[in-house]
Amino acid sequence: MLEYRVEIALWAISGIIPFFMLNIWTNNNLNESINISDIMLSRYFLCAFFVRQFSVVWVVFSFEEDSLMGKVSPYLIQPLNPFFRYFAQHIAEQITRFPFALIIAFFFFIFNPESIWIPNLGILLLSLVSTFLSFLIQFLIQSIVACLCFWTEKASSIERLLFIPTLFLSGLLAPVVSFPAYVKSWIYLTPFPYLIDFPANLLSGNETNISGGLSMQILWIFLLFPLFKKIWSEGTKKYTAMGS
Amino acid sequence: MVQNIIDVRNLSKSFDISSKEPGLKGTIKHFFKRQTKSLKVIKDISFEIKEGEIVGFLGANGAGKTTILKMLCGLIYPSEGSILVSGYLPFRRKENFLKNITLIMGQKQQLIWDLPPIESFYLNASIYDLDKFEAKKRIKKLSEMLEIDEELFIPVRKLSLGQRMKSELLAALIHEPNILFLDEPTLGLDINAQRNLRKFLQKYNKETNATICLTSHYMKDITSLCKRVICVHEGAISYDGKLDLLLKKLSPVKEILIVCRSEEDAIKLENSGFTVKNKIKNEITIKIENNSFTSSLKTILNNFDILDLFINEPPIDEVIGKVLIKKDYDI
Repeated sequence: MLEYRVEIALWAISGIIPFFMLNIWTNNNLNESINISDIMLSRYFLCAFFVRQFSVVWVVFSFEEDSLMGKVSPYLIQPLNPFFRYFAQHIAEQITRFPFALIIAFFFFIFNPESIWIPNLGILLLSLVSTFLSFLIQFLIQSIVACLCFWTEKASSIERLLFIPTLFLSGLLAPVVSFPAYVKSWIYLTPFPYLIDFPANLLSGNETNISGGLSMQILWIFLLFPLFKKIWSEGTKKYTAMGS
Repeated sequence: MVQNIIDVRNLSKSFDISSKEPGLKGTIKHFFKRQTKSLKVIKDISFEIKEGEIVGFLGANGAGKTTILKMLCGLIYPSEGSILVSGYLPFRRKENFLKNITLIMGQKQQLIWDLPPIESFYLNASIYDLDKFEAKKRIKKLSEMLEIDEELFIPVRKLSLGQRMKSELLAALIHEPNILFLDEPTLGLDINAQRNLRKFLQKYNKETNATICLTSHYMKDITSLCKRVICVHEGAISYDGKLDLLLKKLSPVKEILIVCRSEEDAIKLENSGFTVKNKIKNEITIKIENNSFTSSLKTILNNFDILDLFINEPPIDEVIGKVLIKKDYDI
């Protein structure tokens, strides 16, 4: 069991990119150019860490492996879409991550006591909803890409292409507000800023359009879900049950 | 009258296969100009299976047995023809259809590797909408039939192959399906485990009248479970009928080694019109056709002084092996 515990701990720590980014931003005084105080910036990156912990998705890799190894076959003949299994796995792993994320937050506040704040209950609940919607968007995007396994067998390569805009436009490396205005207007039309930037801004108390952000998240879910259903139904016709 | 539960008409399946030459040149060529060809692996087959029947699918590796099974359970989409299983089109994978069937593939597992099998059983029970009480009852009944009790609580990764296979079977049968598709279920099991599994399947078929479609390379699985076999050769059906008829057709002659009381008796027998294979002193081996076997044996016992006799049937693997390489058997 020891290796499992260590694996969970390492896995929770592996999402600490936002803290590295915070370090880069504050050491270079980059926040001055976008009129965000040091405190608000550190809260933003802490919230980005939290949102990332509870919205990270790897379904494309799991599905690709299961598909190539023939493990999907028994799931396909059960009266439950196999993606529910992956969905349940993600939720279970998010619950496992929670205490580790709290420990990391505790140490963050020890080193940055000025950043301590308590969001009001309403904002906290909206942030939880927004983080879950962000998870749903990422899950649907990756599930659509995962379904390409029925055609290409190496869908994870396509996911890697998607990872680049996700990394830069989601707010993981920098708040979206730091982009030039004309770029920002385009970014907000994509699903990426609603993955981390919007929920992190909401939770950290930065100025953000709450109803607009939530509406865009719901809109993306409504657009992606039928697309997933369509690609799934077409893909399963192509399934060759290789490896089994 | 027993109804057909599986009805297959003019079924065909083709796969697109791409090939690549070895080396860097082959890889570059494959990247820019991939050569694919359509390979017809199932060719216009038709058959019916009645409710409660146990049917064995026989064929060499790559003959198409597993592909047929995969199409019957809705895992893969047929290219041409029609399939009706229990009144459903399998590839549509309707909930009621899926609740009626199961597919077990030897060496492929659905159990959660790091958890005890009981966890997978309860998971499957909820997938098939069984309440906890009913699930518990079925797990108890099936685990008794399969003789696995303690193993239910040991992580799957620590179970032996036989114990794992039994657990797989339990997981696949918890929803009490009417139709079982078994693809080499005894693969890799030792003789005792194979025998137990066969006994279990016989019992399950008897108690539930479930229809079983089975592929196996172990002839014992086929001979002890299936009265009917469908032989598949290069994607086409080369024989569909009773197993004993096929065996009679393929091995029409039995050999009998007769130990006579004296060499004179052996010489007398040698000259009595039977086909003699060989004779050593008072031991003589003769060949008798199946259709006159009983009467010929009676004649020998009544007219010659016999000390002992041994009937040699050709090994079943050898006989069935002939089917796997022949295109058509008209019985």
